[in-house]
Amino acid sequence: MSNDGSLNPESVLSQLKSNNITHVVWLPDSETNWLYLLMKDEPTIELVPVSREGQAFSVAAGLSTGGKKPVILIQNTGLLESGDSLRGWGIGLKTPVVMLIGYRGWTRHGKNAFHDVAKFTEPFLIAMGINYYLVENDGDIDRISYAFDEARENSKPVAVLVGDEYSSWN
Amino acid sequence: MIDTLEMLKIFKSYRGKSVVIPGRGGKHWVKLSDNPSRDIPLGDPAMGGHASYAFGLALAIPDETVILFDSEGDLLMNTGALATIADLAPKNFYHFLLDNECYATTGGQPVPNAQKVDYTGLAKSMGYGSTYFIDNLEDFDQKISEILSQDGPVFIHLKINPEIENVPINQRVRWQNRSWDQVLNDIKTELSLK
Repeated sequence: MSNDGSLNPESVLSQLKSNNITHVVWLPDSETNWLYLLMKDEPTIELVPVSREGQAFSVAAGLSTGGKKPVILIQNTGLLESGDSLRGWGIGLKTPVVMLIGYRGWTRHGKNAFHDVAKFTEPFLIAMGINYYLVENDGDIDRISYAFDEARENSKPVAVLVGDEYSSWN
Repeated sequence: MIDTLEMLKIFKSYRGKSVVIPGRGGKHWVKLSDNPSRDIPLGDPAMGGHASYAFGLALAIPDETVILFDSEGDLLMNTGALATIADLAPKNFYHFLLDNECYATTGGQPVPNAQKVDYTGLAKSMGYGSTYFIDNLEDFDQKISEILSQDGPVFIHLKINPEIENVPINQRVRWQNRSWDQVLNDIKTELSLK
Protein backbone atom coordinates (compact mmCIF):
# COMPACT_ATOMS: atom_id res chain seq x y z
CA MET A 1 0.00 0.00 0.00
CA SER A 2 1.35 3.42 -0.90
CA ASN A 3 1.09 6.56 1.17
CA ASP A 4 1.01 9.01 -1.73
CA GLY A 5 -2.76 9.42 -1.76
CA SER A 6 -3.26 7.41 -4.91
CA LEU A 7 -4.99 4.13 -5.67
CA ASN A 8 -2.51 1.53 -6.85
CA PRO A 9 -3.46 -1.49 -8.93
CA GLU A 10 -1.32 -3.68 -6.70
CA SER A 11 -3.60 -2.81 -3.80
CA VAL A 12 -6.69 -3.72 -5.79
CA LEU A 13 -5.16 -7.01 -6.89
CA SER A 14 -4.21 -7.76 -3.31
CA GLN A 15 -7.85 -7.33 -2.31
CA LEU A 16 -8.99 -9.70 -5.05
CA LYS A 17 -6.47 -12.32 -3.95
CA SER A 18 -7.25 -12.03 -0.26
CA ASN A 19 -10.93 -12.55 -1.08
CA ASN A 20 -10.12 -15.68 -3.10
CA ILE A 21 -11.42 -14.33 -6.38
CA THR A 22 -11.20 -16.95 -9.12
CA HIS A 23 -12.30 -15.00 -12.21
CA VAL A 24 -12.31 -11.38 -13.33
CA VAL A 25 -15.07 -10.82 -15.88
CA TRP A 26 -14.26 -7.58 -17.56
CA LEU A 27 -14.36 -5.19 -20.39
CA PRO A 28 -11.27 -3.01 -20.51
CA ASP A 29 -11.15 0.72 -20.43
CA SER A 30 -8.07 2.82 -20.82
CA GLU A 31 -7.78 3.57 -17.13
CA THR A 32 -7.47 -0.03 -15.97
CA ASN A 33 -4.73 -1.24 -18.28
CA TRP A 34 -2.16 -1.37 -15.52
CA LEU A 35 -4.46 -3.55 -13.46
CA TYR A 36 -4.94 -5.75 -16.51
CA LEU A 37 -1.21 -6.25 -16.86
CA LEU A 38 -1.01 -7.35 -13.23
CA MET A 39 -3.99 -9.67 -13.46
CA LYS A 40 -2.70 -11.23 -16.65
CA ASP A 41 0.36 -12.44 -14.78
CA GLU A 42 -1.55 -13.61 -11.72
CA PRO A 43 -1.87 -17.42 -11.86
CA THR A 44 -4.72 -17.69 -9.34
CA ILE A 45 -7.10 -15.50 -11.37
CA GLU A 46 -8.59 -16.26 -14.77
CA LEU A 47 -9.53 -13.31 -16.97
CA VAL A 48 -12.80 -13.56 -18.87
CA PRO A 49 -13.08 -10.81 -21.48
CA VAL A 50 -16.55 -9.77 -22.61
CA SER A 51 -17.56 -7.55 -25.49
CA ARG A 52 -20.49 -5.77 -23.83
CA GLU A 53 -20.92 -5.16 -20.15
CA GLY A 54 -24.33 -6.79 -19.78
CA GLN A 55 -22.67 -10.05 -20.74
CA ALA A 56 -20.53 -9.84 -17.62
CA PHE A 57 -23.47 -10.40 -15.29
CA SER A 58 -24.67 -13.60 -16.95
CA VAL A 59 -21.11 -14.95 -17.13
CA ALA A 60 -20.63 -14.15 -13.45
CA ALA A 61 -23.95 -15.81 -12.58
CA GLY A 62 -22.85 -18.98 -14.35
CA LEU A 63 -19.49 -18.98 -12.61
CA SER A 64 -21.19 -18.45 -9.27
CA THR A 65 -23.65 -21.28 -9.88
CA GLY A 66 -20.63 -23.47 -10.52
CA GLY A 67 -19.05 -22.58 -7.20
CA LYS A 68 -16.51 -20.01 -8.37
CA LYS A 69 -16.03 -16.49 -7.05
CA PRO A 70 -16.01 -13.93 -9.86
CA VAL A 71 -15.65 -10.18 -9.78
CA ILE A 72 -16.93 -7.87 -12.51
CA LEU A 73 -14.66 -5.06 -13.71
CA ILE A 74 -16.38 -2.53 -15.95
CA GLN A 75 -16.84 1.20 -16.40
CA ASN A 76 -19.90 3.15 -15.28
CA THR A 77 -20.89 3.71 -18.90
CA GLY A 78 -21.21 -0.05 -19.30
CA LEU A 79 -23.05 -0.36 -16.01
CA LEU A 80 -25.88 1.70 -17.46
CA GLU A 81 -26.01 -0.59 -20.48
CA SER A 82 -26.20 -3.60 -18.17
CA GLY A 83 -29.44 -2.73 -16.40
CA ASP A 84 -31.62 -5.66 -17.40
CA SER A 85 -28.80 -8.16 -17.08
CA LEU A 86 -27.98 -6.85 -13.60
CA ARG A 87 -31.66 -7.17 -12.71
CA GLY A 88 -32.14 -10.71 -13.98
CA TRP A 89 -28.80 -12.51 -13.74
CA GLY A 90 -27.47 -10.49 -10.81
CA ILE A 91 -30.33 -9.55 -8.50
CA GLY A 92 -32.83 -12.15 -9.76
CA LEU A 93 -30.52 -15.12 -9.35
CA LYS A 94 -29.08 -13.67 -6.13
CA THR A 95 -25.56 -13.69 -7.50
CA PRO A 96 -23.10 -12.66 -4.77
CA VAL A 97 -20.80 -10.66 -7.02
CA VAL A 98 -18.84 -7.47 -6.56
CA MET A 99 -18.70 -4.98 -9.41
CA LEU A 100 -15.58 -2.83 -9.60
CA ILE A 101 -16.80 0.14 -11.57
CA GLY A 102 -14.58 2.81 -13.03
CA TYR A 103 -16.30 6.05 -12.03
CA ARG A 104 -15.70 7.99 -15.22
CA GLY A 105 -16.40 11.67 -14.88
CA TRP A 106 -16.52 11.76 -11.12
CA THR A 107 -14.62 14.30 -9.07
CA ARG A 108 -14.74 14.77 -5.35
CA HIS A 109 -15.72 18.38 -5.93
CA GLY A 110 -19.14 17.37 -7.21
CA LYS A 111 -18.27 18.81 -10.59
CA ASN A 112 -18.64 16.24 -13.34
CA ALA A 113 -16.00 17.65 -15.58
CA PHE A 114 -15.28 14.83 -18.00
CA HIS A 115 -18.36 12.89 -18.81
CA ASP A 116 -22.04 13.18 -18.03
CA VAL A 117 -22.26 9.51 -17.09
CA ALA A 118 -21.07 10.38 -13.58
CA LYS A 119 -24.35 12.17 -12.96
CA PHE A 120 -26.31 9.00 -13.52
CA THR A 121 -24.12 6.40 -11.84
CA GLU A 122 -25.19 6.63 -8.20
CA PRO A 123 -28.87 7.33 -8.98
CA PHE A 124 -28.82 4.23 -11.19
CA LEU A 125 -27.37 2.04 -8.43
CA ILE A 126 -29.85 3.43 -5.90
CA ALA A 127 -32.75 2.77 -8.28
CA MET A 128 -31.58 -0.83 -8.66
CA GLY A 129 -31.24 -1.27 -4.92
CA ILE A 130 -27.50 -1.88 -5.17
CA ASN A 131 -25.33 -0.74 -2.28
CA TYR A 132 -21.98 0.79 -3.19
CA TYR A 133 -18.65 1.84 -1.74
CA LEU A 134 -16.42 4.60 -3.03
CA VAL A 135 -12.70 3.89 -3.31
CA GLU A 136 -10.44 6.83 -4.11
CA ASN A 137 -7.03 5.81 -2.81
CA ASP A 138 -5.18 3.08 -0.98
CA GLY A 139 -6.56 4.36 2.31
CA ASP A 140 -10.01 3.21 1.15
CA ILE A 141 -8.89 -0.18 -0.07
CA ASP A 142 -10.48 -2.19 2.76
CA ARG A 143 -13.88 -1.13 1.42
CA ILE A 144 -13.40 -3.67 -1.34
CA SER A 145 -13.41 -6.41 1.27
CA TYR A 146 -16.48 -4.87 2.89
CA ALA A 147 -18.20 -5.17 -0.48
CA PHE A 148 -17.23 -8.83 -0.83
CA ASP A 149 -18.52 -9.56 2.68
CA GLU A 150 -21.79 -7.80 1.96
CA ALA A 151 -22.32 -9.53 -1.38
CA ARG A 152 -21.81 -12.92 0.26
CA GLU A 153 -23.93 -12.21 3.33
CA ASN A 154 -26.85 -10.76 1.35
CA SER A 155 -26.53 -12.92 -1.79
CA LYS A 156 -26.69 -9.97 -4.15
CA PRO A 157 -24.43 -7.75 -6.24
CA VAL A 158 -22.56 -4.93 -4.53
CA ALA A 159 -20.72 -2.11 -6.30
CA VAL A 160 -17.33 -0.52 -5.67
CA LEU A 161 -16.98 2.80 -7.43
CA VAL A 162 -13.36 3.46 -8.31
CA GLY A 163 -13.19 7.21 -8.05
CA ASP A 164 -9.58 7.80 -8.90
CA GLU A 165 -9.28 6.09 -12.21
CA TYR A 166 -7.95 9.07 -14.08
CA SER A 167 -5.14 10.24 -11.90
CA SER A 168 -3.40 7.12 -10.71
CA TRP A 169 -4.10 3.97 -12.62
CA ASN A 170 -1.99 4.81 -15.60
CA MET B 1 -37.94 -27.97 -39.65
CA ILE B 2 -37.60 -29.85 -36.38
CA ASP B 3 -40.24 -30.34 -33.71
CA THR B 4 -38.62 -29.31 -30.43
CA LEU B 5 -40.41 -31.91 -28.32
CA GLU B 6 -39.43 -34.75 -30.66
CA MET B 7 -35.85 -33.51 -30.80
CA LEU B 8 -35.65 -33.42 -27.01
CA LYS B 9 -37.03 -36.94 -26.78
CA ILE B 10 -34.09 -38.13 -28.88
CA PHE B 11 -31.63 -35.97 -26.97
CA LYS B 12 -32.82 -37.39 -23.65
CA SER B 13 -31.26 -40.77 -24.34
CA TYR B 14 -27.88 -39.10 -24.96
CA ARG B 15 -27.75 -36.58 -22.11
CA GLY B 16 -26.10 -38.98 -19.68
CA LYS B 17 -25.08 -37.05 -16.56
CA SER B 18 -24.65 -33.76 -18.35
CA VAL B 19 -25.93 -30.53 -16.87
CA VAL B 20 -28.73 -29.26 -19.12
CA ILE B 21 -29.84 -25.64 -19.44
CA PRO B 22 -32.98 -26.05 -21.54
CA GLY B 23 -33.60 -22.36 -22.26
CA ARG B 24 -36.62 -21.90 -24.52
CA GLY B 25 -36.98 -25.68 -24.69
CA GLY B 26 -37.65 -25.73 -20.97
CA LYS B 27 -41.42 -26.15 -21.18
CA HIS B 28 -40.89 -29.50 -22.90
CA TRP B 29 -37.76 -30.55 -21.07
CA VAL B 30 -39.18 -30.26 -17.54
CA LYS B 31 -41.74 -32.92 -18.50
CA LEU B 32 -39.21 -35.20 -20.20
CA SER B 33 -36.17 -35.09 -17.96
CA ASP B 34 -35.50 -38.00 -15.66
CA ASN B 35 -32.63 -36.20 -13.91
CA PRO B 36 -34.04 -32.79 -12.92
CA SER B 37 -31.43 -32.17 -10.26
CA ARG B 38 -28.97 -31.76 -13.16
CA ASP B 39 -31.26 -29.42 -15.07
CA ILE B 40 -31.22 -25.63 -14.83
CA PRO B 41 -34.56 -24.49 -16.28
CA LEU B 42 -34.45 -20.78 -15.58
CA GLY B 43 -36.95 -19.60 -18.14
CA ASP B 44 -35.70 -16.15 -18.95
CA PRO B 45 -33.89 -14.23 -16.18
CA ALA B 46 -32.90 -11.57 -18.71
CA MET B 47 -33.01 -12.15 -22.44
CA GLY B 48 -29.64 -12.17 -24.15
CA GLY B 49 -27.70 -13.88 -21.40
CA HIS B 50 -28.27 -17.60 -21.74
CA ALA B 51 -25.12 -18.32 -23.74
CA SER B 52 -22.96 -16.37 -21.32
CA TYR B 53 -24.54 -17.99 -18.28
CA ALA B 54 -24.02 -21.50 -19.62
CA PHE B 55 -20.49 -20.61 -20.66
CA GLY B 56 -19.69 -19.30 -17.18
CA LEU B 57 -21.03 -22.49 -15.66
CA ALA B 58 -18.98 -24.60 -18.07
CA LEU B 59 -15.83 -22.72 -17.05
CA ALA B 60 -16.62 -23.32 -13.39
CA ILE B 61 -17.21 -27.06 -13.65
CA PRO B 62 -14.77 -28.34 -16.27
CA ASP B 63 -15.27 -31.97 -15.29
CA GLU B 64 -18.98 -31.84 -16.10
CA THR B 65 -20.59 -31.66 -19.54
CA VAL B 66 -22.72 -28.52 -19.92
CA ILE B 67 -25.42 -28.44 -22.60
CA LEU B 68 -27.37 -25.31 -23.52
CA PHE B 69 -30.47 -24.97 -25.68
CA ASP B 70 -30.18 -21.32 -26.67
CA SER B 71 -32.54 -19.43 -28.96
CA GLU B 72 -31.79 -17.18 -31.91
CA GLY B 73 -33.62 -14.19 -30.44
CA ASP B 74 -31.57 -14.50 -27.28
CA LEU B 75 -28.28 -14.91 -29.13
CA LEU B 76 -28.99 -11.97 -31.44
CA MET B 77 -29.15 -9.74 -28.37
CA ASN B 78 -25.58 -10.60 -27.48
CA THR B 79 -23.73 -12.16 -30.39
CA GLY B 80 -20.44 -11.01 -28.89
CA ALA B 81 -20.82 -13.82 -26.38
CA LEU B 82 -19.73 -16.19 -29.12
CA ALA B 83 -16.31 -14.53 -29.28
CA THR B 84 -15.83 -14.85 -25.52
CA ILE B 85 -16.87 -18.51 -25.58
CA ALA B 86 -14.56 -19.30 -28.47
CA ASP B 87 -11.72 -17.40 -26.78
CA LEU B 88 -11.73 -19.46 -23.59
CA ALA B 89 -13.09 -22.50 -25.43
CA PRO B 90 -14.41 -24.76 -22.66
CA LYS B 91 -14.13 -28.34 -23.88
CA ASN B 92 -17.19 -29.34 -21.89
CA PHE B 93 -19.62 -26.91 -23.54
CA TYR B 94 -22.23 -27.83 -26.19
CA HIS B 95 -24.21 -24.90 -27.56
CA PHE B 96 -27.44 -25.88 -29.30
CA LEU B 97 -29.36 -23.02 -30.95
CA LEU B 98 -33.13 -23.36 -31.34
CA ASP B 99 -33.88 -21.17 -34.37
CA ASN B 100 -37.59 -20.70 -35.11
CA GLU B 101 -36.97 -17.44 -37.00
CA CYS B 102 -39.27 -15.49 -34.72
CA TYR B 103 -40.08 -14.20 -31.25
CA ALA B 104 -42.54 -16.98 -30.52
CA THR B 105 -43.50 -15.97 -27.00
CA THR B 106 -44.54 -12.49 -28.05
CA GLY B 107 -46.75 -13.51 -30.93
CA GLY B 108 -44.40 -14.74 -33.63
CA GLN B 109 -42.90 -11.54 -34.97
CA PRO B 110 -39.85 -12.32 -37.14
CA VAL B 111 -36.37 -11.72 -35.73
CA PRO B 112 -34.24 -9.40 -37.89
CA ASN B 113 -33.34 -10.99 -41.23
CA ALA B 114 -35.01 -14.12 -39.89
CA GLN B 115 -34.52 -16.53 -42.79
CA LYS B 116 -31.07 -15.45 -43.89
CA VAL B 117 -28.87 -15.26 -40.82
CA ASP B 118 -26.20 -17.95 -40.99
CA TYR B 119 -25.70 -18.74 -37.31
CA THR B 120 -23.38 -21.62 -38.05
CA GLY B 121 -21.19 -19.33 -40.11
CA LEU B 122 -21.35 -16.74 -37.35
CA ALA B 123 -20.19 -19.20 -34.71
CA LYS B 124 -17.44 -20.49 -36.96
CA SER B 125 -16.16 -17.03 -37.76
CA MET B 126 -16.20 -16.17 -34.05
CA GLY B 127 -13.87 -19.09 -33.46
CA TYR B 128 -15.90 -22.19 -32.61
CA GLY B 129 -13.90 -25.16 -33.78
CA SER B 130 -16.87 -27.34 -34.59
CA THR B 131 -20.29 -26.32 -35.96
CA TYR B 132 -23.34 -28.10 -37.33
CA PHE B 133 -26.46 -27.05 -39.20
CA ILE B 134 -29.40 -29.44 -38.84
CA ASP B 135 -32.91 -28.85 -40.17
CA ASN B 136 -34.59 -32.24 -39.82
CA LEU B 137 -35.11 -34.78 -37.08
CA GLU B 138 -33.51 -37.67 -38.96
CA ASP B 139 -30.20 -35.83 -39.27
CA PHE B 140 -30.35 -34.85 -35.61
CA ASP B 141 -30.86 -38.47 -34.61
CA GLN B 142 -27.97 -39.52 -36.80
CA LYS B 143 -25.49 -36.83 -35.65
CA ILE B 144 -26.21 -36.30 -31.96
CA SER B 145 -23.85 -39.04 -30.81
CA GLU B 146 -21.02 -37.65 -32.93
CA ILE B 147 -21.69 -34.12 -31.70
CA LEU B 148 -21.46 -35.04 -28.03
CA SER B 149 -18.43 -37.25 -28.48
CA GLN B 150 -16.09 -34.44 -29.49
CA ASP B 151 -14.46 -31.70 -27.49
CA GLY B 152 -16.35 -28.45 -27.11
CA PRO B 153 -17.20 -25.82 -27.64
CA VAL B 154 -19.50 -27.19 -30.32
CA PHE B 155 -22.22 -25.06 -31.91
CA ILE B 156 -25.31 -26.77 -33.35
CA HIS B 157 -27.82 -24.65 -35.27
CA LEU B 158 -31.23 -26.34 -35.26
CA LYS B 159 -34.07 -25.08 -37.45
CA ILE B 160 -37.21 -25.67 -35.40
CA ASN B 161 -40.94 -25.17 -35.84
CA PRO B 162 -42.21 -22.04 -34.10
CA GLU B 163 -44.58 -22.65 -31.21
CA ILE B 164 -46.22 -19.26 -31.15
CA GLU B 165 -47.89 -18.01 -28.00
CA ASN B 166 -50.33 -15.18 -28.28
CA VAL B 167 -52.19 -15.46 -25.00
CA PRO B 168 -51.80 -12.52 -22.63
CA ILE B 169 -48.94 -13.10 -20.23
CA ASN B 170 -51.16 -13.21 -17.15
CA GLN B 171 -53.27 -15.99 -18.68
CA ARG B 172 -50.43 -18.33 -19.57
CA VAL B 173 -49.79 -21.51 -17.64
CA ARG B 174 -46.42 -21.39 -15.95
CA TRP B 175 -44.29 -24.34 -17.02
CA GLN B 176 -41.55 -23.89 -14.42
CA ASN B 177 -42.13 -26.29 -11.56
CA ARG B 178 -39.29 -25.00 -9.37
CA SER B 179 -38.31 -21.49 -8.31
CA TRP B 180 -34.91 -20.08 -9.31
CA ASP B 181 -33.77 -20.55 -5.72
CA GLN B 182 -34.79 -24.20 -5.81
CA VAL B 183 -33.16 -24.82 -9.18
CA LEU B 184 -29.85 -23.32 -8.08
CA ASN B 185 -29.96 -25.02 -4.72
CA ASP B 186 -30.63 -28.38 -6.37
CA ILE B 187 -27.78 -28.14 -8.86
CA LYS B 188 -25.30 -27.01 -6.20
CA THR B 189 -26.31 -29.91 -4.00
CA GLU B 190 -26.10 -32.34 -6.91
CA LEU B 191 -22.62 -31.14 -7.84
CA SER B 192 -21.49 -30.88 -4.20
CA LEU B 193 -20.84 -27.16 -4.56
CA LYS B 194 -22.42 -26.08 -1.27
